[in-house]
Amino acid sequence: MSSDAHAHAPIPDAGDAMPSYYEIMETAVRELLVEKNAIGAGEIRQMLEVMDTRTPALGSQIVARAWVDPAFRARLLANGRATLEELGIDFFENTQLTVLENTDKVHNIVVCTLCSCYPREILGLPPDWYKLKPYRARTVKEPRAVLAEFGTLIPDDVEIRVSDSTSMVRFLVLPQRPQNTENWSEEQLASLVTRDAMIGVVRAAIPEKTEKSR
Amino acid sequence: MPKPFPNIVHAEGEEPLFKPGDQVKISARYPMGHYRVPNYIRGKRGRVESVIEPRAVNNEDEGFGRNAGLKRYYYRIIFPLTELWPGYAGPKTDELRIEVFETWLEGS
Repeated sequence: MSSDAHAHAPIPDAGDAMPSYYEIMETAVRELLVEKNAIGAGEIRQMLEVMDTRTPALGSQIVARAWVDPAFRARLLANGRATLEELGIDFFENTQLTVLENTDKVHNIVVCTLCSCYPREILGLPPDWYKLKPYRARTVKEPRAVLAEFGTLIPDDVEIRVSDSTSMVRFLVLPQRPQNTENWSEEQLASLVTRDAMIGVVRAAIPEKTEKSR
Repeated sequence: MPKPFPNIVHAEGEEPLFKPGDQVKISARYPMGHYRVPNYIRGKRGRVESVIEPRAVNNEDEGFGRNAGLKRYYYRIIFPLTELWPGYAGPKTDELRIEVFETWLEGS
């Protein structure tokens, strides 16, 4: 993206296509806002820096804590945002956070058909496939086929619950704690929780090559 | 919790029009522009899972500079996937849940 406040031809990178209509519009609006002092160029940079500090590792810690601390889990499920704010995680968007609990009877999966709503405060930026049309269009229509392509087979007696995230609420899936992890520490448990498990396209699992006696 | 005072008359939009369990139908209208109601739920029947707090301005008015400050509720609505997609091949228990602004909901 060009961050200088004047118009010029795009600086070509190998393989770069021409900017799209919407990319040009975004640049124009951003440069206007800076020019009119509505925002500073530094604010955009600083926000990008904040975004870069938020990664799925934060979500993994939250899930691991919910696995070992039933009181925290209960509060997290009752009010995700308020509970995480108590722990110092600030929310920079005006959105709520709902934590969706996977159980023996329900498997949750999150999608945003309209754009790419995502709990950025705790997972960082969404993966590319989450923003692309095939995932967005197919997950609401044939979630079991999409899950199967991620290698996740859900039995028919487990309900699939698709959450289409469109406006006020962001969603974090609380995966089921893998079996045979009773003696694992919170930190070890966090290592089992991947970004994809918190979107709901896979389960949390012990990697096949991990030794049991960690 | 303290007992609320009785007989308070609320202003428009302060109290949710729907409650959890209510059967609702999503309005089947197709105005020009970008709306937070995907086409695939328009005209479909579902039920209210929950009322989302806090109330919010109507973004669809806000987007056109027409918001007068009135806030209303979003609701999380449950649809069986078999209602959304005739011919859905998976189990009848599979569901979709999505937030919908009050102005798009009709009682059914």
